[in-house]
Order: sequence, then C-alpha cells, then structure tokens
Amino acid sequence: MIKLIALVPLFPLIGFLINGFVGKKISKGLSGGIASGAILASFIVSVLAFIELQGSSQKENVISVFSWINSGTLQIPFQFLYDPLSSLFLLIITGIGFLIHIYSIGYMHDDEGFSRFFTYLNLFVFFMLLLVLGNNYLITFVGWEGVGLCSYLLIGFWYKNTAYNNAAKKAFIMNRIGDLGFLLGIILIFVTFGSISYTEVFDKAGTVSTSTITAIALLLFIGAMGKSAQLPLYTWLPDAMAGPTPVSALIHAATMVTAGIFMVVRSNVFYSISEVASQTVAIVGVLTALFAATIGLLQNDIKKILAYSTVSQLGLMFLGLGVGAFSSSVFHVTTHAFFKALLFLGAGSVIHAMGGEQDIRKMGGLSGKIKITFITMLLGTIAISGLPPFSGFFSKDEILAHTYEHSKTLWLLGMITSILTGFYMFRMLFIVFFGKFRGTHAQEHHLHESPPSMTFPLIVLAALSVIGGVLGLPEFWGLPNWMHHNLEPIIKIKNPSILSHETEWTLMALAVASAGAVIFFAYTLFMKHKVLPVEKESQLKPWQKVIYNKYYVDEFYDMIIRKPLDAISTTFYKFLDLQVIDGIVNGVGTAVKSIGSLVRLTQQGNIGFYVISMVMGIVFIVLLTFLVK
Amino acid sequence: MINGISINYYLLLSTVLFIIGAVGVMARRNSIIIFMCIELMLNAVNLLLVAFSTLHNDAAGQVFVFFIMAVAAAEVAVGLAILSMIYRNVKSIDTDLLSNLKN
Amino acid sequence: MLGYTITQWLFGILSFLAIMFALMVVFSRNPVNSVLYLVMTFFCIAGHYLLMNAQFLAIVHIVVYAGAIMVLFLFVIMLMNLNEDTEPQRTQITKIIAGVAGGLLLFVLVGSLKGTEQLQLKSYGASQIGLVKNLGKVLFKEFLFPFEIASILLLAALVGSIMIGKKDIK
Repeated sequence: MIKLIALVPLFPLIGFLINGFVGKKISKGLSGGIASGAILASFIVSVLAFIELQGSSQKENVISVFSWINSGTLQIPFQFLYDPLSSLFLLIITGIGFLIHIYSIGYMHDDEGFSRFFTYLNLFVFFMLLLVLGNNYLITFVGWEGVGLCSYLLIGFWYKNTAYNNAAKKAFIMNRIGDLGFLLGIILIFVTFGSISYTEVFDKAGTVSTSTITAIALLLFIGAMGKSAQLPLYTWLPDAMAGPTPVSALIHAATMVTAGIFMVVRSNVFYSISEVASQTVAIVGVLTALFAATIGLLQNDIKKILAYSTVSQLGLMFLGLGVGAFSSSVFHVTTHAFFKALLFLGAGSVIHAMGGEQDIRKMGGLSGKIKITFITMLLGTIAISGLPPFSGFFSKDEILAHTYEHSKTLWLLGMITSILTGFYMFRMLFIVFFGKFRGTHAQEHHLHESPPSMTFPLIVLAALSVIGGVLGLPEFWGLPNWMHHNLEPIIKIKNPSILSHETEWTLMALAVASAGAVIFFAYTLFMKHKVLPVEKESQLKPWQKVIYNKYYVDEFYDMIIRKPLDAISTTFYKFLDLQVIDGIVNGVGTAVKSIGSLVRLTQQGNIGFYVISMVMGIVFIVLLTFLVK
Repeated sequence: MINGISINYYLLLSTVLFIIGAVGVMARRNSIIIFMCIELMLNAVNLLLVAFSTLHNDAAGQVFVFFIMAVAAAEVAVGLAILSMIYRNVKSIDTDLLSNLKN
Repeated sequence: MLGYTITQWLFGILSFLAIMFALMVVFSRNPVNSVLYLVMTFFCIAGHYLLMNAQFLAIVHIVVYAGAIMVLFLFVIMLMNLNEDTEPQRTQITKIIAGVAGGLLLFVLVGSLKGTEQLQLKSYGASQIGLVKNLGKVLFKEFLFPFEIASILLLAALVGSIMIGKKDIK
C-alpha cells in the first residue's frame, strides 16, 4: 500500500473536481457524501500504509509520481516521502478531516453554499496532504501556498460580508509575508546544496558552515511564523474565526497551523546544528504562548477564546521544537489536534444551539440543555488544561521537561502559560455551561442538542482526547513511549534527555498541582462568586482594557505598516497614475489630434493650392531623379 | 534637325508654353481662365508631339495629336457644362468659393 | 539673310509671338481679352505646324480650337457677364508663390533636358507625313479602332454635357 500512497491525495482531488463541477446540481446529501467519502477513502489508505510501515524495517520510502521540473542542473522530481512523520500526519489529517466533514454535513445543512463548502474543504485536504507527503521543499511549498489559498477561500466563505472578506485577506497577506521568508530559505537551500529534496539535503547538512545553516533555519522559520501564527504574524488567526466553525476546527486548529511545526520537524537537522536558530524558535514560541494566553483571559467571543488558545498552544509546540524535543512537539500536535478540534466543534454545537450567538455573556446554564456537547467539551477542557490521565497532560509535560533541562527561564514562562491556559479555558466552560441563562427568550426556546452528524464526531474526538495519552507515555514511568520511538528515524541528530528521574517527577507534580490550583481558583471565581464578564468595555480596569484590546497590536500594525503603504499608494495614484501615465496616454491622443489638424490644412479645398502642390511635387521628383543619377 | 531648326528649340518652346499654362492655373482664380490655361498646356504638348513626329518621320505622333484634340474638345464641352451648373448654384466662378471639401 | 534661313526667322517670330500672347492670356484682367489672346496663341501654334508641313493638323487645329472651343468659351463668358471689375484676384503672396513654382519647374525641366545629346538624324527635307493623304492612310489603317472609339467618346461628351446642363424638371 505504501507504493500506492499517491492515492491518498488523489481521492480528495477527485472529490474537489466532482463537487466543483456538478456540486450545485446534485443533492446536498450526495455532495457531502462524496466529499466525506473521499476523505474516508484516503483515511483507509493511510491506515493500511501506516500498518505496513510499522511492520517494515525500511522507514524512508520514496515514491516517484512523475518527473516534474527538468531544466539543466535544476532537477526536481515529483516524489513523495513516506516515513513515520508523514504517516502520522496523514492519519491526523485524514482522520480528523473525515470527522469534520461529517460534522459539516450537519452544521452547514441550511447554507446555500453547501457544495462550495465541501469543494473547498476537499481542496484544502488535498493541498495539506501534498504538503505533508512531498519529498522536496518545492512540493511542500506548493501545498503550503495551496492551504493558504483554501484558508482564504474558507474564511471568506460567507463572502457577502465585507468584514469576513477583510479577515480572509488579512490571513492571506500575513501568510504571504511568511511565505517570502520560506521561499528565500528554499532558494538558499538550493544554492547551498544544489538540490531541494529532503533525502539529499539532510544527509549533506553537516558539510556546510553553521552560519549558512542558521540563515536557512531562520528563513524557514519565518515561513512557519506566518503559517502557524507566531509573533509577530499571529493577528490573522483570531480574525479568521469569521469563517464557519468546521473551518476553524480543521484549518486553524488541527492541520494548517501545524504545517509550520511539521516543516520545522522535517528540517530538524538544521535546527539541531544551529544553536542560534533553535534559541530563536524557542524564545519566539514561548513569548507567543504567554502573550496569547494573556489575551485569552478576557475575551468574550467563544471562538476567539479558542483562537488565542490555539496560538498559545502553537507557541508551546515551537518552544518544544526550539529545545530539541521534536517528538514531544509532534506528540503535542497530535493531542492538540484531538482536543482543539473537539473544542471548536463543540463551540460550533453551542453556537448552533444558540441560533448563531457567539458571545459568552449571553450564554449560561447550557449544561442541562445540550448534554452531549457539554460532556464532550468538559473532557476537552480538562485535556487542554493538562490534568492527568488525559492526553494533554502527557504531551505538555514532555515539552516542559525538555525545556527545563535547556533553560529554567523558558520553563518558568511555559509553566505560567499552562496555568493561564487552565484558567481561561475553565472560565469559558463555567460561564457558558453553568449559572443562569442570560440570553433572550427566543434563544432559550431555540436551545436544542445538535443532530447526530454533529455529535458523533464530538464523541469520537472526546474519546481520543481522553485516551490519546497512550501514544506517548513517559519513559521514566517505565512505560514505552511509542511516539518517541516511532519518530526516531526522522531525527537526524539525537538529543537524549539528561534529567534525573527525581527531577522529572518533581516537574510533573508541580504541573499537576498548579493546574489543579488554578482550576480551583477559576471554580471559586466563577461558580461560587458568580463573577461574570463585564457587559461594556468601559467597565474594565485600565490593565484589563489593554489586554481586552489585544494589546492594540492590530492598531500598531495599522499605524506602522498600513498607513504608510496607503500614503505611498495614494501618492502613486495621484501623481504617477493620474498625471504621468494618464498624461502620456492622453498626450498621445492629443498629439495625434494635433498632427491630424496640421495635416488637415493641406486639404484646402482650393484648387490653386492643389496645383501648386502638384507642380512642386513634379519639381521634386525630377530633381530627385537627377540627384540619384 | 527639322528644316534646319534643332529639336532642342522646339523642346524649349514647348516647355515654356507649358510653364506659362501651369503658372496661369496656379495664379488665377477665375475658373474660365484656369480652363483656358489648361488648354494652353495641352497645346504645348501637341506642339512637341508634332515636332518629334516630324523628326522621326513617324506618323503616329500626328495621329496622337489628332486624338488629343478630339478629347480636348469633349473635355471642354463637359467642363463648361459643369461650370454653368456651378454658376447657377453659387452665382460666381471664383474657385476660392468652391472649397466645401476643406478640412 | 543675316546668317539665318527664312525658316529660322519664321520660327523665331512665331515662337516669340506665341510666348507673348500666352503671357498676355495669363496676365490680362479682362476675361474676354484673355480669350482673344488665347486665340492668337493658337494661330501662332498653327503657324508652327505649317512650318513643319503638318498641314492637316494645322487646319484641324484652327477649326476645332480657335473656331469651336474658343467660341464656346466666349459664349460662357458672355453668359456670365464677366468684366474686369468682377474679376476675383489672388493674394499677392499666392501669385509670387505661383511664379516661383513655375520658375522652378522651368528650371528643372530645362536642366534635365540640357544633358541630352543632340539627335543626329537624316534630314528628310520637307516632311511628307503631314499631308492629308499620308496621314489619312495611317489613321485609317493602323489607328482605325481608336478612331471609332473617339467618335463614341464624343458621343458620350455630348450626352454628358446635355445631362449636366439641364435644368431639373420639377
């Protein structure tokens, strides 16, 4: 089955084409069914290939699809690389993708753009699979750009709303800034190594100077910054919540935003060699994590809370990458995919129940009304807060342990982030599901549990969030860490952990204790004292106002980037466009007119003048004949 | 040599007459005068043709002159008819007034 | 006499007269005067023809041109009642330009012919081809077809001028 791995991206591509061309004409059920079926087929192929890979001793499988670019010294074949990393990501993408497709059938049921939605979703999955499967940086880049495009299409899915379109544009443009760095990195790789295939480049990485490797690593990381919403290119992710909730779940939680992490893990040899690059990654990661967590404390839109939580968790993953804990970060990607997708889908279920309301101040006491949603969301929240034995606990703990051995400061910042995570997630849970219902009467009557197409994925994801920890059980418990073992062939330069068992136990206990303490604090605040978010912004204290307004980062970007660009653009328009270019164009027209009016003077209508001209002409011709002789 | 006169003299005479006719066409505004100067030009050509015909002892030249005269007659007839029509419409034969095709 | 033959004398006088009358045609104010001067010019040219023994052409020239065409011209002038005072004038600059153009053309044409070599052909004595009999023979043998066509041309001109000159029948 590994040989047929090209089928995996093929099925969604076919789904995209079918839905794209005839989607409008076939029934909604059929359209959704085709899309979901395509992903299911890919999932089955991925599972079979995965099993085959587990049993085989050859971990690096290169499958050629066709010869792509052949131009002199530039040879770039279209090859897929199937190894433990891509196999894992394939499972995540197709598995969670399938669940979200099922969910969307229910969620988007009343939308008129139903088939268009599934077209875009299938296209997105196709590009994401390309990204993950490619054997060279260029295929990955194609997938990279493609998912950016689909993100734009899906965020602005309800295109009739200008604000949504602006959010989509913002996402795309910020991605492009990152993509520039990525592209420069690829070019540098090509110039240095003469090839951009993973299998060729990574073997030669040791032979090049460290400064070049640092440059490459940093440039690639800029791309990751844009795609995975790290500082300073993160502001697009909260705005991307304008898209439908399944989009937020799939793209901005489980798959696209993890592309940056995938890319760094894939290129781990560069980051292992270059200390500077690793340090940068770690610092940027942890700062992002902390920053976003603080913003999440005071948000009132249920999806925005989850968005900032995503940015924060991604920051933690980059922290793990920066300290060399590659398999831990991949583990966290996996568990995060489970519970973040679950949380987003659950939020979608809540929004569906509330008839479209997203403000948590209008919710409350929903636990009795939408039981399945409530239970699954509770499980997801516990998982993300890092309480054992749920999956989030294991993955986060691994990252923090590796951080501790690298730098105590970074570890402390990571701990603070985890504490804040627990706080704001439970804040959301308590405010939404407990207490008195604060919405309108009409909304109260409308409250109902979501249809099975929506609750089924929730249940599956909840189960995964609970038991997902078995993938990476801590080694110092004496239990096998499958994730670490699985990904070993990918990590080129080994970095074994040097912590003593006592230290590890202490760290773990600290983590659990702090998580428990903050949850208790949240419980006291929101349940006992029934503290509610303020209704109006003016009621906030000054420091709260700054956080609530996202530290005014958007306004800052507006000021230093957008306004000068606007000014330049206006100047260009007023001067270059209107005066110079229009002047030239109009000038040509005016010139032709004036030449014409000059030439027109020969048409006197006066016979005598014509005769004179004729005579002069004859004189001229005869003269010429003479001179030529 | 035609009877002792070099052909160059006939050439010169014919050219001068032709030029006078051309100047007349250019310098006069009266349509009738212009017409007459055109006839003058034709005659200059006729003269030259006959001279060369006599020089080469070829009758074709004189026959050609004969035909030119026929055509000139026809042309005058038609031209004057047109002129009369114009006079009826514009009440003048000043060529400067006949510039409706200007610009 | 005086080193020139009678032929050359006659040629000189006729040429001088022809050119003088032609100039008068162009420069006279009164259109009637112009017509009369043109008639005189035609007579001079007819003299030239006679000098070259082109008898038929000389007679036809006088009959057709001086007799018919000029009379037509006179008719039209008198119909329009043209006088010296009704004569429109060109501007001075235009006349100068016309003169200059003409002079240039003269200069160029004469200059172009200067370089040609003098033709040395046999002198045939008095030319015989201008006689009516000989010319008629050539006309009706080689040029019969153009002759007939010319008659049709005259017919066309005739019909044409009548059509143009007709008043519209309302």
